Amino acid sequence: MIPKRVSGIKFEVLGPKEIRKMSVVKIITPETYDDDGFPIEFGLMDPRLGVIDPGLKCRTCGGRAGECSGHFGHIELAAPVIHVGYAKLIARLLNGTCRECGRILMKDERRDRFIEMIEERKKLGREYDDIIKEVFRITKSTKKCPHCGTEQIEVKFEKPTFYYENEHRLTPRDVRERLEKIPDEDLPAFGMDPQAVRPEWMVLTVLPVPPVTVRPSIILETGQRSEDDLTHKLVDIIRINQRFMENKEAGAPQLILEDLWELLQYHVTTYLDNEVSGIPPARHRSGRPLKTLAQRLKGKEGRFRGSLSGKRVNFSARTVISPDPNLSINEVGVPQEIAEELTVPIYVTSKNIDEVREFILRDEHPKANYVIREDGRRIRIIESNRDELAEKLSPGWIVERQLMDGDIVLFNRQPSLHRMSIMAHYVRVLPYKTFRLNPAVCPPYNADFDGDEMNLHVPQSLEAQAEAKMLMAVQDHILSPRFGGPIIGGIHDHISGLYLLTRGEKLFNKAEVMEIVRPLEVTKLPEPKYDGKWSGKQIFSMILPDITIEFKAEICQNCEVCKGVECENDAYVYIKDGVLVTGTIDENAVGAFKGIIIDEIIRKFGSEEAKKFIDNMTKLAIRAIMYTGFTVGIDDIDIPDEARKQIEQVIKEAEERVWRLIDAYNQGNLEPMPGRSTEETLEMKIMQELGRARDMAGKIAGKYLGMENAAVIMAVSGARGSMLNLTQMVACIGQQSVRGERIRRGYTYTDRTLPHFKPGDLGPEARGFIRSSYKEGLNPIEFFFHAVGGREGLVDTAVRTSQSGYLQRRLINALQDLKVDYDGMVKEQTSGLLIQFRYGQDGIDPMKSFRGKGVDVKRIIREVKTEE
Amino acid sequence: MKVKLQDHILVPKHEILSEEEARELLETLGVKEEELPKIRVDDPIVKELGAKRGNIIRIIREDELVGVSIAYRLVV
Repeated sequence: MIPKRVSGIKFEVLGPKEIRKMSVVKIITPETYDDDGFPIEFGLMDPRLGVIDPGLKCRTCGGRAGECSGHFGHIELAAPVIHVGYAKLIARLLNGTCRECGRILMKDERRDRFIEMIEERKKLGREYDDIIKEVFRITKSTKKCPHCGTEQIEVKFEKPTFYYENEHRLTPRDVRERLEKIPDEDLPAFGMDPQAVRPEWMVLTVLPVPPVTVRPSIILETGQRSEDDLTHKLVDIIRINQRFMENKEAGAPQLILEDLWELLQYHVTTYLDNEVSGIPPARHRSGRPLKTLAQRLKGKEGRFRGSLSGKRVNFSARTVISPDPNLSINEVGVPQEIAEELTVPIYVTSKNIDEVREFILRDEHPKANYVIREDGRRIRIIESNRDELAEKLSPGWIVERQLMDGDIVLFNRQPSLHRMSIMAHYVRVLPYKTFRLNPAVCPPYNADFDGDEMNLHVPQSLEAQAEAKMLMAVQDHILSPRFGGPIIGGIHDHISGLYLLTRGEKLFNKAEVMEIVRPLEVTKLPEPKYDGKWSGKQIFSMILPDITIEFKAEICQNCEVCKGVECENDAYVYIKDGVLVTGTIDENAVGAFKGIIIDEIIRKFGSEEAKKFIDNMTKLAIRAIMYTGFTVGIDDIDIPDEARKQIEQVIKEAEERVWRLIDAYNQGNLEPMPGRSTEETLEMKIMQELGRARDMAGKIAGKYLGMENAAVIMAVSGARGSMLNLTQMVACIGQQSVRGERIRRGYTYTDRTLPHFKPGDLGPEARGFIRSSYKEGLNPIEFFFHAVGGREGLVDTAVRTSQSGYLQRRLINALQDLKVDYDGMVKEQTSGLLIQFRYGQDGIDPMKSFRGKGVDVKRIIREVKTEE
Repeated sequence: MKVKLQDHILVPKHEILSEEEARELLETLGVKEEELPKIRVDDPIVKELGAKRGNIIRIIREDELVGVSIAYRLVV
C-alpha cells in the first residue's frame, strides 16, 4: 500500500447548506429524556445523533457504542445571530465594503493589484497578513464608494457582537444582508477564498448540534442523569429559539422580540465561547461558569495542550524519594506495594511456558496479576481461577507479571529540562513507601529529599526494555552533553568523607581498615605502608582502577609558583598506576560537575567501570565520614575575643575611609573615574571599600577557625557552603544591595532610607551596610536592610524560573525536528532545510568532548609519555 | 567616505561562488538550492559584493573556539 501523506490542511467556514446536509436530525425540542429515561426524538439526545449507552445501536449507522463516532444534528435559528469568533472580521468587512452596493471600497485595478501581490506571496509560501491589513486600512478610510458613489458611514464595533452606525444599532439580519452583497470577486483582496467562505456564513442562521458522543451525559450514583455543559447550553438556545418563534407568530411587539433576539445572541455567544469580555459568563446552577466550546480547546488543560500534546500513561508510579547509599547508582528502590501493582508483560512461548506457569501459580510477590488470552481478553488472576488459567496457558498468551528485582524501569523527576531527567534504573524491591536512590544521582535529576516526588515508568515491550538498557542507563549519562564532564559524582558527605580520609597521612590499623572497607568489592589488602598500619590514601587507592593522573585539588591555594607534588597543603593530587601518591581527594576529584577522576576512569575504562567506582566511592566515603564523625554546631563559628577585636578594627577603619571619601565628595575634591560622574565614583569606591572590609574580616575569621573546623572543611573541600557563607556567620554580613547598588530607596522626598537618618546621609549604616554577623544578630535597622536585600533575591528567582521556562518551551518547539544527519549537517526533518553545515560548526559531540574541546592535548601527551 | 564592511574585524570573509562552484557545492552537499540558508539581496554585505538573486555566497568564519568554519547562503 502506498502510504498517504498529508500535503496540507485547509480551513473553511461551514455554510448553512453544508450544516443542513451533514445533519441527520433537526432538533426542535429542548427536552432530553422522557420519564422512563428514554431519549426523546427530535430532542438533544435523539437516538440518531449516536450512541453512548453500551449495548444500544445507533439509529443512523447501526454501529454500537465505540464503533459509531456520532452524527451531527442542527437547529434552525428563528433569527440570524453573529458568530463571536468572526465578530471582529465582520466589523472589518463592513467597513471595507460599500453600505449600499456591497463592493470593495477601492477601484477595480487597485484591487487586482493587491490580489496579485497576495497570490505572489502565497506562491512563495510567505506570509501575506500585512497586505490584507493594508487593504482593510485603505478601504476603511475611503469615505465615498468608487463604484456607486454612496457616502460611507463608519460602523462602530462594540464587543462582543454589536455594531452601530451613528448610534443606530445594526441587527444581525442587517449585517447579514450587507455581507451577502459582497461579490465573490472582491473577497480575495480581503484574504478570503470565495470557494471556501462566503462572508454571510459568519452570521449564523443554522446551528450545528454536535453528536451525543461529544457531550455524553453521566449517571450519578443516585441514579440521576447529569448532562454535559454543552447540552445545558444547547437546551438554553433551543428554549429561547422556540419562544422567539412563538412570539413572532403571535405578533408580539417589536420591543419584546428584540429582547428575545438579544437573549438568543447571548446564548449562542456563550455556547461558542464563555469567556468573552463584555458579557457575564453563563453559569451552572451551582455558580460554576460553564465549559463551552472554546474552553474545551483553550489553555493548558484544553484539547491541544492537555489532550493532544500531553497524554497520561499506565504502568507508572509516583511517590516521595529518599536516599540509600547502599544502592548502586543504576538501581532504584521500589516499595513492595508499588511492585505488586506494576506489571511487566511476558510473551508466552513454548520455551518459557513452564517458567511463566510458575508465576501464575504463585500467591505472593513476584506473581502474575493478569493474563491476556490470544483473543485479546484480559483476565485478572484470582484465587478461584488460578489453577484453571495455569492449565489453559499456551504459547501466544501474554502474562502480566509483577515488577521484581532486576527489571528495567525509567525514572523521572520534573521539570524534565534535559535528557538526564529521565534515566533507566534497575529495580530493587524494598519495604516502606518511598522510592530509594543513590544520592550520587541527585545532581542530574536536581533532586533532594525535602519532600521531592519522582515518577517511574515500566517499559512494556522487549524493544523498549532493550532501548532503555542500551541508551538510557544511568552509567551512560555520567558524562553530560552540556559540558563534556561528569554530572554524576559525589555530593556533600561523599566529599567531606574522602577529604577526611585522604588528607595528610592518617593511619588505620587492620581492624579499622576492615571496618571501613567492608562494603566494598575489595578482596585483597595492599602491603601496609607503615608497620602494620595503612594510610587513608592507601584505603582510597583500593577502589581506584589503574589510572595515572595529576591535577590541582579544590583546596589549592593558587600559589604563584606551583610546587606540584611537593605542595605543602597536600593540594596537588598525583595518582600513579591506580595509587594515590599525594594530594587530597575533594570536589575537584570526585564531585558532581567537576570529578576529574571520574572523567578519567570513564574515558579509559568506560561507563561500567565508572559506575562501579562511584558505587564504591560513595560507600567508602560514608564509612570514612562515620569513622571520624562529622558535625557542625554553633560553637564551630565561635572565635576568640582577640579575633573579634581585630575584625572590629578592620571594619572601623573601613568606615572611616568611607567617611573620608564622603567628605572629599562633599567638598568637591573627589576625582571622578573615567566615564563616571562623581556620584557614581563615590558609590563605587564605597562599595569597594566595604567589600574589602568584609573580605578582610572573613580572612581573620578563617584564620582563627582553623582547618580542623567542620564548617571550614566543608567550605574548602567544596562539599557544601562557601567561605563567604562562613564569613557572614562569623564576622560580618556586609553590604546589602538592590540591583547591585547600595540601598537608597525609601523616603525619596527627604532623601533617606529610614527616618532614623539625616536627609542625604551617605554613611555606611544609612545605606544598608551590616556590621554584625549572623551569629551576633542584627540590630533593627540592619534587619530591615537585610530584608530589603533578601526580598530582591526572592523576587529574582521567581521571575527567572518563569521566564526561562517559557524561553525553553519556545526553543524546544522551534528546534524539535532538527536532526544531525549522517553527513554531519543539521537539517530540519520536515522541510529538509539546512540549518548548520557542520553540527556546532566543528562537528563535535559535546558529550564525547573533553569539557567542550574536541581533543585533550594534555591527555594525549601523557599517554605518549607513559608508552615510552 | 564609504566604509568597506569586509574591512571590519568582526565581519567574516564573504565571497560569491561561480556557477561552476555553486553546482559542485550543491552536488557535494546533496541539497537543493532552496534548502540552503538564505540571505536577503538587500543585506548590506550582499549589496557590497554585488551579488544577485540566486547567487550563493560563501562565508569563511574564524573562531577561537571552533577554528575555521565555512557556511553558504543563497541570495534571495
